[in-house]
Amino acid sequence: MSNSIQVESPLHHAQLEQLIGQSSAGGIVLHEHKLLGHLNLRGNAADAEFLAGVKEALGVALPITPCSSAKSDLAQIMWLAPDEWLIIVASGSEVEIEQKLRTYLTGHFAVSDISGAQTLLELSGKDVIGLMKKSTGYDLHLDSFPVGKVVGTTFAKTGAHILRVSEDRFQLIVRRSFSDYVWLWIQHGSQEYGLTIV
Amino acid sequence: MLLIHCPYCEEMREEEEFSPAGQAHIVRPLQPEEISDEQWAHYLFFRKNPRGLHHEMWLHAAGCRKYFNATRNTVTYEIMETYKMGLKPSVTASEEGQS
Ligand SMILES: [Zn+2]
Repeated sequence: MSNSIQVESPLHHAQLEQLIGQSSAGGIVLHEHKLLGHLNLRGNAADAEFLAGVKEALGVALPITPCSSAKSDLAQIMWLAPDEWLIIVASGSEVEIEQKLRTYLTGHFAVSDISGAQTLLELSGKDVIGLMKKSTGYDLHLDSFPVGKVVGTTFAKTGAHILRVSEDRFQLIVRRSFSDYVWLWIQHGSQEYGLTIV
Repeated sequence: MLLIHCPYCEEMREEEEFSPAGQAHIVRPLQPEEISDEQWAHYLFFRKNPRGLHHEMWLHAAGCRKYFNATRNTVTYEIMETYKMGLKPSVTASEEGQS
């Protein structure tokens, strides 16, 4: 009997890989960035040592402006709350980066590996705004939702964090237990535009 | 649909993202063992139910998941202000000429 454990995305059953290339004309393009490292960081944004430690560990300053994000070669950091951030790192590097944070941080902080708790979906395509408008009440105008902003809001009545990667590209962080529902919603909402999986 | 200002996200958000969390500014008795059962019950269970201005807590459930305070008119649903935990309201009933 093998002792190896195979990690599976919460959308494993959807077999998205097999849908790649089946349709190329869709106005909505979906890609799952599956099995990335997701680290949740808690700490005091008013503590200069905490901020310096994170910068040292991740190579970029922690975004402390509400709803902002930051990126380095190692990590993409999203502001979740005044004392909470989500750090997305390459698949398999989460243990190493968690250790790195623990090395550089002292005092009152918390870092948790929540990679298995959620997944990251990327929506793009020429009709992506149409799908987003159906799914969230958040104002998608570039004045209120500029590139690089991340908002915790509702997506199809469930909670999601949405990062605007570019004018017509969004990343969605959804909970594991809601990912199948979101996948069904995206299929349904894309019917009038066509859906391409990449 | 109301738009509610989250003092932590620092912007207006849809009411759908929030959930109400009851009366604000309830102080926990410092010495619970020294007060009567009646006083303890008042702390635990008794709440205001005003017609008009009310200071209450809300949770930004789908956003930053922080509790904050709001001053709301329970008749008109108008939210006069929202403010962070630990702060005092700037709009109070006495200023409005109510008891
Ligand atoms: Zn908020």
